[in-house]
Amino acid sequence: MIIGALLGEGWAAMLANRMRTLLTMLGMVFGVGAVIMMMAIGQGAELMVNESIASMGSNLFIVLSGSSSAGGTRQGSGTVPTLTLADAQAISELPQIAAVAPNIFNSAQLIYASNNWSTQVAGTTPAIIEVRDWQVVAGEGFKDSDIRAATRVLLMGQTVVKNLFGDENPVGKIVRVKNSPFLIVGILAQKGQSLDGRDQDDTVLVPITTAQRQLFGNQFPGMVRMILVKAKSAAVMAKAEQEMNDLLHTRHRIHADKDNDFSVRNLTAVAQAAASTTAAMSTMLGAIASVSLLVGGIGIMNIMLVSVTERTREIGIRMAIGAKNSDILLQFLFEAVMISLAGSFIGAALGVACAYFYSQINDTLVVVTLSSVLLAFGVAASVGVFFGFYPARKAANLKPIEALRFQ
Amino acid sequence: MPRPLISVSGLYKQYLINVPVLKDINFNIGSGEFVAIMGHSGSGKSTLMNILGCLDTATAGHYYLQDRDTATLSSDELANLRNQLIGFVFQGFNLLPRSSLLENIALPLLYAGKSKPERREKALQMLSRVGLAEFGERRPNQLSGGQQQRVAIARALVTDPKLILADEPTGNLDTQTSEDIMKIFQTMNAEQKITIILVTHEPDIAAHAQRMILVRDGQIASDTRT
Repeated sequence: MIIGALLGEGWAAMLANRMRTLLTMLGMVFGVGAVIMMMAIGQGAELMVNESIASMGSNLFIVLSGSSSAGGTRQGSGTVPTLTLADAQAISELPQIAAVAPNIFNSAQLIYASNNWSTQVAGTTPAIIEVRDWQVVAGEGFKDSDIRAATRVLLMGQTVVKNLFGDENPVGKIVRVKNSPFLIVGILAQKGQSLDGRDQDDTVLVPITTAQRQLFGNQFPGMVRMILVKAKSAAVMAKAEQEMNDLLHTRHRIHADKDNDFSVRNLTAVAQAAASTTAAMSTMLGAIASVSLLVGGIGIMNIMLVSVTERTREIGIRMAIGAKNSDILLQFLFEAVMISLAGSFIGAALGVACAYFYSQINDTLVVVTLSSVLLAFGVAASVGVFFGFYPARKAANLKPIEALRFQ
Repeated sequence: MPRPLISVSGLYKQYLINVPVLKDINFNIGSGEFVAIMGHSGSGKSTLMNILGCLDTATAGHYYLQDRDTATLSSDELANLRNQLIGFVFQGFNLLPRSSLLENIALPLLYAGKSKPERREKALQMLSRVGLAEFGERRPNQLSGGQQQRVAIARALVTDPKLILADEPTGNLDTQTSEDIMKIFQTMNAEQKITIILVTHEPDIAAHAQRMILVRDGQIASDTRT
């Protein structure tokens, strides 16, 4: 009961000097606002990166053909067709490998009715759906029988659908690729941008045999540009990489002292690096913003110290009529905590509003989580208690007669 | 015969410098007495008053209040004594300027842990007893000095104390108002048997009391009953 009454006394003291209370609060308002806004921006960035990573597919390797050199000039990866469908088959039989999708690709013009669109046509196998964690949202994927028979079927990405068909449903329609008619059997789910900013939906998938024999031709039968490989789990990535290296060494008969004619790239490692960078950024933003919370807290301590000195006589009167030290302590502590809580309430509203405006203006994702708001509130309350305690204790430890005589 | 309300023996008070403010003070004050402590400024009478009010502590000697040795009490117990047993009336009124009269009067009850309706009811009752019932929501600075002192008396009486300590209660008031205030003290001494200790340097104010203790240079010079 006395706690409630002391809260009332603290509240009354807050209201008694509104201007000063407001100015003290400002420190907390900006502190909490900054923390919430920075955390929202940081978490938004993290979310975007994580979505990009998820869209790429998890536990992913790319095996590329080696480079050729002509007259001392070395060409880039994939210029020598060293990987074959048989390599892909052999990799898929390794113990740590979940799925394998060989891939050849090139750009080609697609024509439907009066629309045409140039996009990347990738020849691959049905396993691509599993390897890249992709989904077929309409129609169905192609099957192993389509690979064997080299049928002219294709799966279409969302960007291509939009450009060729608009709102029309493309499933079952015929589209011409390099003037050959292809049946659209399915539509791929939207994946959005990749980490490097490419549009992952601007593509069509066809059976790899169809691509080899009917679209792009082949210098060597069975050659592929790259092989996408999915390991069984994140934990076996290193082991899977070792297995692939050993296998391809044996299959390609490469001596230990010779350069590889292929390269294995771990895409997940790149993605993890990107994710941990944004996470670090987000933490750093939060940390910088929390400094302002600290400054706000010191502001509260300053004002409370001034207030205790100013109100020494009042404290003396209260003690003379029976206030215990703990009553005085609590009254001043409550006052500090109330100022900091009220400030953080306003600050939270301001932070959420600013984060929202920021996302509108910059067209980026911001995420305000309940936990970040609660965290800011919790920190603010602790700051109030921590920085309010010293002045409050100073007030409580005054001797009644000295406080009463204070002019 | 009951033990006296106040029993002081061999009381010394000394601040940092080596000249004692109070030297070997001995007296008893019984329940229901009206005592004036007189002396010039600097005589030590205010210091004595502060010790009697448990606002200050003696350097040596004993002060028994209701048979309890105040030197052995914790600061919380002293706060309780000030709250329950003692009511203060000061020269400068010492009301909280930002609180209404009712809030000022109710404040001791707050520290006694009484509920809000109880506090308000008792404060209203006390305010009308000092004849200011209609001013409950005003601030102290909207009243005259005499009215403020009456509010302070109401605050001192609100916890039904056994002892009122008044330190120059009429020091800031004109003669007529002083007379009114002294009448209130006399009435509460006569009707409620409240023990009153009055510190003053004015003989005609001290004349209202039944007993006069004269303090000179930190010692009791005389203790007379009228």
